[in-house]
Amino acid sequence: MPSISRAEVEHLARLARLELDVPHLDRLAVQLDVILESVAKVSEVAAADVPLTSHPLPLTNVFRDDVVRPSLLPEQALSAAPAVEDGRFRVPRILDEEA
Amino acid sequence: MTDLMPFDEAMDRFDPVLGLEVHVELGTATKMFCGCPTAFGAAPNTQTCPTCLGLPGSLPVVNRVAVESAIRIGLALNSEIAEWCRFARKNYFYPDMPKDYQISQYDEPIAVGGWLDVDVPTDEGVRTFRVQIERAHMEEDTGKTSHQGGETGRIQGADYSLVDYNRAGIPLIEIVTKPIEGMGALAPAVAKAYVAELRSLVQALGVSDAHMHQGSLRCDVNLSLRPSPDAPLGTRSETKNVNSLRSVERAVRYEVQRQAALLAAGGRVVQETRHWHEDTGLTTPGRSKEQAEDYRYFPEPDLVPVAPSRQWVEELRGTLPELPSVRRQRLQAEWGISDFELQNLVNAGALGVVEATVADGASPAAARNWWLGELSRLANERGVEVAELPIFPADVARIIALVDGGRLTDKLARQVVAGVLAGEGSPDEVVAARGLRVVSDDSALLEAIDAVVAADPDVVEKIRGGKVQAAGVLVGAVMKATRGQADAAKVRTLLLERLGVDLSG
Amino acid sequence: MTDLVTATAADTAAAVASGVVSAVEVAQAHLDRITAVDPAVHAFLHVDTEGALQAARAVDARRAAGEPLGPLAGVPLALKDVLTMEGVPTTCGSRILAGWRPAYDATVTLRLKQAGVVILGKTNMDEFAMGSSTEHSAYGPTHNPWDLDRIPGGSGGGSAAAVAAFEAPLAIGTDTGGSIRQPAAVTGTVGVKPTYGGVSRYGLVALASSLDQAGPCARTVLDAALLHEVIAGHDPYDSTSIDAPVPPVVEAARSRDVRGLRIGVVHELTGEGYQPGVQQRFDEAVQLLTELGAEVVEVSCPHFPYALAAYYLILPSEASSNLAKFDGMRYGLRAGDDGSRSVEEVMSVTRAAGFGDEAIRRIILGTYALSAGYYDAYYGSAQKVRTLITRDFAAAFEQVDVLVSPTAPTTAFRLGEKLDDPLAMYLNDIATIPANLAGVPGMSLPVGLAPEDGLPVGLQVMAPVLADDRLYRVGGALEAALLDRWGRPLLEEAPQL
Ligand SMILES: [Mg+2]
Ligand SMILES: [Zn+2]
Repeated sequence: MPSISRAEVEHLARLARLELDVPHLDRLAVQLDVILESVAKVSEVAAADVPLTSHPLPLTNVFRDDVVRPSLLPEQALSAAPAVEDGRFRVPRILDEEA
Repeated sequence: MTDLMPFDEAMDRFDPVLGLEVHVELGTATKMFCGCPTAFGAAPNTQTCPTCLGLPGSLPVVNRVAVESAIRIGLALNSEIAEWCRFARKNYFYPDMPKDYQISQYDEPIAVGGWLDVDVPTDEGVRTFRVQIERAHMEEDTGKTSHQGGETGRIQGADYSLVDYNRAGIPLIEIVTKPIEGMGALAPAVAKAYVAELRSLVQALGVSDAHMHQGSLRCDVNLSLRPSPDAPLGTRSETKNVNSLRSVERAVRYEVQRQAALLAAGGRVVQETRHWHEDTGLTTPGRSKEQAEDYRYFPEPDLVPVAPSRQWVEELRGTLPELPSVRRQRLQAEWGISDFELQNLVNAGALGVVEATVADGASPAAARNWWLGELSRLANERGVEVAELPIFPADVARIIALVDGGRLTDKLARQVVAGVLAGEGSPDEVVAARGLRVVSDDSALLEAIDAVVAADPDVVEKIRGGKVQAAGVLVGAVMKATRGQADAAKVRTLLLERLGVDLSG
Repeated sequence: MTDLVTATAADTAAAVASGVVSAVEVAQAHLDRITAVDPAVHAFLHVDTEGALQAARAVDARRAAGEPLGPLAGVPLALKDVLTMEGVPTTCGSRILAGWRPAYDATVTLRLKQAGVVILGKTNMDEFAMGSSTEHSAYGPTHNPWDLDRIPGGSGGGSAAAVAAFEAPLAIGTDTGGSIRQPAAVTGTVGVKPTYGGVSRYGLVALASSLDQAGPCARTVLDAALLHEVIAGHDPYDSTSIDAPVPPVVEAARSRDVRGLRIGVVHELTGEGYQPGVQQRFDEAVQLLTELGAEVVEVSCPHFPYALAAYYLILPSEASSNLAKFDGMRYGLRAGDDGSRSVEEVMSVTRAAGFGDEAIRRIILGTYALSAGYYDAYYGSAQKVRTLITRDFAAAFEQVDVLVSPTAPTTAFRLGEKLDDPLAMYLNDIATIPANLAGVPGMSLPVGLAPEDGLPVGLQVMAPVLADDRLYRVGGALEAALLDRWGRPLLEEAPQL
C-alpha cells in the first residue's frame, strides 16, 4: 500500500497536532514506508472469516452505581495548569474553523 | 447580507428534507464515567476529578443508570436495543475536551431504529407525522468555554478563552432521525413538534429535565432542499445548538429561505456547520466539512462492551411510564376538548400544569382558561414557559375555587395571581394581606345604593318608568363607591329590588 | 555493599518485622546506595528521600505499637515513572510532563503504601514506555549495571537496573510488549507481566490500553511473588480489572515442584534470529527442567510470526489516541503561547516540542493506521491477527501447562547501536509481544550468562489467563536448581559498581 508522500505525512501531522519541520516530515515519510512495508504482512493471514479482537479478555457489563464521589478541590484541579483565570483554565484563542 | 427567498415561494420551488440530531443531557446524579456530581450552575471546576479532567493515568467506569436511561429512551422510541455494543473513541482536538477524544458510540449504538409520532397543527386540523429514528447512542458532554476579549462572548475575534470542565463527562444521549421527507411547507412546524415531543418524552421518562435554556436538550438541524420529492437528496447544512423550540422553527425557516435563494441564483449549498444566533435569528457559516474530518473512531479499550440481557431490557420496559401521546389522548377524552384545543395546551407547554390544577379540584375548563389566558400572558411578559411561573397548580386551583364561590371576582382573582407571583404567599394570604374580598355584606351595599339613589332622582325615575337598562349608570356609581370590590350582578339585583322594579321585567 | 542492600525482600521484611533492623535503617542504606551508584547507572529520575524515610518511620512506629505489618512492610521499592504518586513528579520519561505532580495515587501506588512498602522514587524509562533500551527517555539513558556501555532494556530499564544494581530489592514495571520481561532478561533479574486485568491500570499512564499491564521486578522469584500479591486484585476504578481471586503466586513460588508439569517449547520462538549463547543457555535450562521431572515437548504457534506486525499497528493506534491529551492546555508543557498563536497552533508547537522522535513516529503511524482509508487494511487486520494469536495460545495450552522461550533474541546491546534503526529495535520484543496480544501472563528469569559476551540471558515462561501461579511454580523450581548449579546468585557475577 505505501509509499507515503511528504504531503500525506503533513496531513497526518496536522491531524495529530504536531508542527514538524520539512526535514522531519521527510525523515518520517521514509521511516513510515519501511515500517508499513513490514507490518503490512498482517493482511496475509487476516482472512474475512476471522473475528476482530479489540479487548484481550471477554469481559462485559462493568458498571458503576450512580453515587457521587468527592471531586478534586478546584485548586487541585487547576494546580498543574499552564495558565489560569478566575477558577478556569486559560487557553489561547480558538479559531472558528475549529468550532 | 445573505439574500433570502420568501418562504412560500421557496416551498413552491423546492422540497425540504430534514434531519434532526438531539443531544439530551441525562439527569443522573453523577457523570457518565466518574463519580463527580452533575448539578447545574456550580462554581467553575469544582465538579471535576482525574477522570473527567482526563489526567494522565485516569480511567472511565460506566454509570449504570446512564445505560438504563439510554435503554429506556430507546424502548420509548420503539428502537431495537443492541444485544452487544461497544463504546468508541472519537478523536479530535478541542480544548473543551479533556482527553482530546470523546468517548461515544460509533457503528454499534445501544438503540437502533424506531419512530416517534408528532402532531403538527395545520389549516385542516392536526396532522400526525411519524418521524423515523436512525439511532440513539451514549456519549459524554464537553466542558464549557467562554471567549474573552473581542466582541463579548463571541468566538470570532476573541483574544483567548476560559474553560470550565464541570460539564465535561456529563452523560448525553444523542438521538438521530432518519431523513424526514414529505413535509413541504410544514417542515418548520414538524421540526418544532418533534423536538417538543422528544422533550416531553424524556421528561415523562424522568431521565432528564430537558431544559433547553440550560442546554440540557440541544438540537442540531440538518436541512437540504431538492427541486422535487423524487429528486436525489441535495447538499445539507448542519446548524448547531439551536436551543429553544421557537428557534428550531425559525432556524429551519431561515435555512430553507437561504438555501432556496442560493440555489435559485444558480449557486450551490456548501456542506458546512452553521451557527444559529438566537438574537439575530440568522445562521452563519462555521467549519466547512468539504474535506470531511477524520475522527479515527476505534473501540474504546478502557471500557468493556455493554451486553444488556433481554431480561434486563424487559425489566426496564416495565418501568416505562404512560407515554405523552397516550396521555394526551386520555386527557383529551377526559376533558372533552378538540384536537385544536389540545394542541394549544401542548404548544403552550401547559398540559402538565392544567392536569395538576384539575387534580387539585378545578374544572378542566377553568384550569385551561387560567393557564392559557392570564398566566400565559404573564409568562410571555417574563419571557418564560408558563409552567415555569412561580405559582403552583394548587394555588391556581384555590383561586378558581374562590371565584366559583363568589368570594373573588375575576378582576380580584387576577390581583391575587399577581400577589402570588410577587412572592406574597398563598392565594389566601394574598387575599387577606391585600384585603381583596368581594363585599357581600348587604347592609354596606344598601347604604351605598341609597346614597346613589338619593343623588340621582332623574335616573331613578327613568328606571321606575321601565327603562331598566338605565340601571347600569347607578350600578356603576355603586361599584365606584365600593372601589370595585362589590359583585356587580348583586348590586344590580339589590338596586332594582330597592326601586321596587319587577326583576322579570 | 552492605547486607542490607543485598538482602532479598522476603528476608528484609522478616528482619524488619522481628525488629532485627529498622525500616529507617533499611531505607537509609538504599538511599546511600543510590547516592553511590546512580550517577553511573541513572536508574532514577526522582529520588523521594523525605517521603521514603517518612514511610519507613511509619512502619517502625506501627511495629513499635504492636500493630500487624504486611508481608513487605519496610521493604524499599523503585516505582516506574509511568505510575502516578500524589505530589511526586511523574514524567513518563517525557519533556511534555516535566514538573507534573499528580493530584492522585495510582491504585498500585496506593496498595504499596497501604502495605508499608517504602517507595524510594521514580525510575527512568523510554518516553511513554515506547522502546526497548531506555534510550528514548528525555532525561538520558539508563546504563546496564553489567556493562555501563550497554542498554538495560526497555521501556522499564530504570526499574530493572535499580534492582540489578542493588538500589532497591523490588521495583514496579509496566509491560506493553515486553517492557518488564526484556529488561529483566538483559539485567539478570526476575520480571513478571501478570494476566491482563490482574493488576489495576488506574494511575498507569496509558501507552496502549488493551496491552499495558503493571507487574513486579525483583532479584528472586519469591520476592516477585510477594510483590505480585500486594499489587494484584480487582479494582472498581479499572473497568478491565478482573473480579476474581488473585492466583496463589507466593505458594507456587515456594512449591518449587515441576514434576509432571507439561512444558511446551514454542517452535516459532527459537532458532533463527536468536543469539547462539542465548539459545544455548535456554536449551540448557529446558534440559534442567526435564531433569526436574517436567515433560517437555515442542509446540507450534503458527501465527506468532505475525505478532510483531500486529503489535506495531495496535500499539501506535491506541497510543496516538492516548497521547492526544498532552496538548499543553491542562497540565505539563505549553510552548509557543506568545498571544499571537491560536489554540490549534499552540497545541501543535507544544506537542512537537514535548514529544521525542519515537513518540512522534508512533503517533503518526497510529494516526495513519486508524485513518479512514486504511483502518480495515491495518488496524482491522491487526485485530484479526490478535484473534489468531489468542487461538494459538488456546490450542497450545490444551497440550501443555506452560510455554517457554528465550525472553529476548539477544543479550544487552550497546547504547546507540539500534537507535537509528526502529525496526531492529522493535525486534527485541519478538518473543514477549504474543503474551500482551492475548492477555496471558509471562515471566522472565535469569538462566545464565551467554558464553560469547558474558551477559545475562533470560528464559520466558507463559501461562493461561489467570494461571499466573504456574509461572512462579516453574520459575521457583528452575531458580533453585540453577542456584545449586552455580553455587551463588547470578548477580554476584556482575562487576562491582
Ligand atoms: Mg455526538
Ligand atoms: Zn469526574
